[in-house]
Amino acid sequence: MWKTIIRRVLIMVPQIIILSLIVFFLAKLMPGDPFTGSGKLSPQMDLNQIQAIKKELGLLDPLPVQYFRWIGNILHGDLGMSYAYKVPVINLIAERAGNTIWLSLFSVLLTYLIAVPLGVLAGRYQGTHIDGGISFYAFAIIAIPGFVFYLLGLWLFGYQLGWFPTTGSISIAADGLLAKFFSRIYHMILPAILSSVISTTGIIQYLRSGIIDNTQEDFTRTARAKGVPERIVFDRHILRNSLLPIAAFMGNTITGLIGGSVFIENVFSYPGMGKLFIDSMNSNDYPIITSLTLLFGLMTLMGNLLSDIIMSIVDPRIRIE
Amino acid sequence: MDKPGDLLLDIQHLHTAFRVGDDFYDAVDDVNLTLKKDEVLAIVGESGSGKSTLATSIIGLHNPTNAKVTGDILYSDLNLVGLNEPIYNRIRGNDIGMIFQDPLAALNPLMRIGDQIAETLVYHTKLNKEDREKRVLELLDQVGIPNPPRVFRQYPHELSGGMRQRVVIAIAIACKPPIIIADEPTTALDVTIQAQILDLLKQIQKETHSGIILITHDLGVVAETADRVAVMYAGQLVETGSVYDIFQHPTHPYTRSLLRSMPQADSDDDELYVIDGVVPTLKEMQVDTCRFAKRIPWIPEEAHEAHPTMHEVGPNHFVQCTCYKHFHFRDEPESTLTAQTEG
Amino acid sequence: MAMIEIKNLKIHYPIRSGFFNRVTDYVYAVDGVNFDIEEGETYGLIGESGSGKSTIGKAVVGLEKPTSGQIIYKGVDITKKSNRSKIHYNKDVQMIFQDSLSSLNPKKRIRDIIAEPIRNFERMSDTEERKRVGELLDIVGMPADSMYKYPFEFSGGQRQRIGIARAVSTNPKLIVADEPVSALDLSVQAQVLNFMKQIQREYNISYLFISHDLGVVKHMCKNMAIMTRGRFVEIGTREDIYKDPLHIYTQRLLSAIPSMSPATREADLAHRKEVEHIYRDEESRYYNENGRVLDLKQISATHQVALPDSELEKLKGGLA
Repeated sequence: MWKTIIRRVLIMVPQIIILSLIVFFLAKLMPGDPFTGSGKLSPQMDLNQIQAIKKELGLLDPLPVQYFRWIGNILHGDLGMSYAYKVPVINLIAERAGNTIWLSLFSVLLTYLIAVPLGVLAGRYQGTHIDGGISFYAFAIIAIPGFVFYLLGLWLFGYQLGWFPTTGSISIAADGLLAKFFSRIYHMILPAILSSVISTTGIIQYLRSGIIDNTQEDFTRTARAKGVPERIVFDRHILRNSLLPIAAFMGNTITGLIGGSVFIENVFSYPGMGKLFIDSMNSNDYPIITSLTLLFGLMTLMGNLLSDIIMSIVDPRIRIE
Repeated sequence: MDKPGDLLLDIQHLHTAFRVGDDFYDAVDDVNLTLKKDEVLAIVGESGSGKSTLATSIIGLHNPTNAKVTGDILYSDLNLVGLNEPIYNRIRGNDIGMIFQDPLAALNPLMRIGDQIAETLVYHTKLNKEDREKRVLELLDQVGIPNPPRVFRQYPHELSGGMRQRVVIAIAIACKPPIIIADEPTTALDVTIQAQILDLLKQIQKETHSGIILITHDLGVVAETADRVAVMYAGQLVETGSVYDIFQHPTHPYTRSLLRSMPQADSDDDELYVIDGVVPTLKEMQVDTCRFAKRIPWIPEEAHEAHPTMHEVGPNHFVQCTCYKHFHFRDEPESTLTAQTEG
Repeated sequence: MAMIEIKNLKIHYPIRSGFFNRVTDYVYAVDGVNFDIEEGETYGLIGESGSGKSTIGKAVVGLEKPTSGQIIYKGVDITKKSNRSKIHYNKDVQMIFQDSLSSLNPKKRIRDIIAEPIRNFERMSDTEERKRVGELLDIVGMPADSMYKYPFEFSGGQRQRIGIARAVSTNPKLIVADEPVSALDLSVQAQVLNFMKQIQREYNISYLFISHDLGVVKHMCKNMAIMTRGRFVEIGTREDIYKDPLHIYTQRLLSAIPSMSPATREADLAHRKEVEHIYRDEESRYYNENGRVLDLKQISATHQVALPDSELEKLKGGLA
């Protein structure tokens, strides 16, 4: 199994290189340059002075040289300076990464806590009112666009009912470690619930159809013919095999939630990477945009890696001896 | 061959009906059969004949919302029809072992071979984990699997088709059940493997004295392994008898037609014999006349019984309907009643 | 002249293993086979699963790219894709698959499935087409109103018959039939085999008949090859193979077929055990040190067998 995992990690190397090339050239295509908003340039400067500064900063070097310098800087933890905040990008991201990661993990946890029982119920009681209700729920959620759903949730639970805070990640009033911790959780609950509800639908459908299929499988019949009680047939043979695609889905779910953070964080003014991303777009803060694009890309690759590793653990058929 | 063995199963007036829309239709229609110790009873028929439905009814694996089983399946003093699940679960695996057609599909892809065999022992024996493992290794050895300790830890996808079927057999015989039901056990296998698996079944039978119900569409397999044969057509038994009766004196028009449609080893006939028409669907089966009549339209209607019953044409050789007396192939001259009753 | 010639066909698949997934060995799925199919002939290819017989079939219809060797049809080598389109090879050669279940589009009605090849090559009015589809269904033993149904409404056996109806709809010159009747009931099998023979007589069609069922091959084919491990162990006429099998593998295969007479079954079993015993003892002599089947030796005008030299000597001694 280790071999499979190590090989899978090695396959990521070219993927990361290609990702970095794409991000680098996208950045080169964007209007403006590092001086935009930096205050280094003034309308009085003539072209020669500008060229001199550009040369000094290496912007006239051939693209490959620039690319490798950029990569070198990234590897040293230097992602450049933010135009708008005038601080290193790495510090900005580090500040907010925690918020996004915690929110995402909380959402993943909630997603599976909601989706797995619902999927199991729908599959086990296929064709009953329980199944009908759950399927209705799943289709209703699929039919609502994410941002509309977030706004509705914010309006209802945040403003109308006032159960949860509507902005931020922590209350300023919170004092002391425990109070801060609970304040953070409290701020996270509504965005986490809303984003996890959105991502439950796929898992419910997968699990439901997996259970229905596996109930008809020959190996399930074999188990019954052995005299295994139905409850155990369900747990050991039907459910375990149906959870397989769900496990594979986990990496993608995490990736999806991080991507989804762009929406949810903006709706809730939650200071995470997603909000930083949109804010930077609005202020043309390119170093942040490129860094975050690179980071989101890396996270997607990591999510896929995680899926594959989980699969190789749970499914003996894809282990390489 | 005709030694009187102990009666294991006595099936009487068995009906298994499936739901189509809101109505139930008999897929197995009034079947009467017995199974004795030490015998191989082959149930032969084409797809849709109800032979697999019959097997599933015996082991009680029909979904009660879609299927209704009525009649009696007597196993010693127990009637399996309508038996409650907890008691049925004590019978399945312990008293009746089942072997399925597709050995890859029949095994759970995520469980080790050893655990799948041991699972039967968990519910029917008091063996502890160590003793179960010992018994599983014994079983693997008994079904002719080389290197049992290694296979014990392997997964189904790591074995060949023949080896997998041996594992399925090991599961079926783990508790030494007196009854083994083998549903097309060699259909998915190569001929040389088929021969090995059939030999293995016979050898197991010699050791355990179990009664085997062999469900198959393959007449060659029947000729080679069966002691008694029951031929099914459209949900009903049309002929039962010893393997010699069926192959040397086939009597029901369906049995005779089936045997004739085989590519014969020694004939170079260019054309194979084809039975007219098609097998009736579940809904079409519900008429109370000779169901094979439509496939032999040149036989006059009067030859059939209005309500077909079984007729004894020889010792323990039964044939459904009276049409066998008047049956002749289309390309043969009409036979006389006397010529056929000889059997 | 033969209608199609298969010359020294080899299809090898790389095995990748080790940490860097490098090619460490090859699977010799097909490893140097030669045979010809005459016009209007049914050529039998017999082998157990994994023998490579289906791979040959796929190469003949152009679904598999050979590693080396040639397949000559109408004077050109059709292993090259450009040659295949030049001579409309794909209209002339059709295939019946082993698993027609997955080869039927679940979203199409049976009528459209069967008519699809007809529509590619012929112009037919709606009524003509419906009549033709109805005929094809009738020939494979299915009611005409099946044409308005979808594949999921049929049993596995019925779907297989639909696949056969589709393959014969264009009146091809050569049909590669890969286990065409192994999923069918006896009575339906007889219908299909009769039909295959009937259209062969009418349109002079050739078949490459791939099967593991020695009874069916015997009924259908005058010439045949027995295959194992990617190579032919024995080539010959029906009489050569069934009356005078010389290779130990052929003998074992034939002895494994259940006989239809219960009276002789004890003797058959004893015979089978004996052959199995001999096979186990002598197997190594019939293959080289890598387990490769030996080269074929000419025994008679029609009969070739992959015998070791010692057996060949014995045979010649016996004849002399």
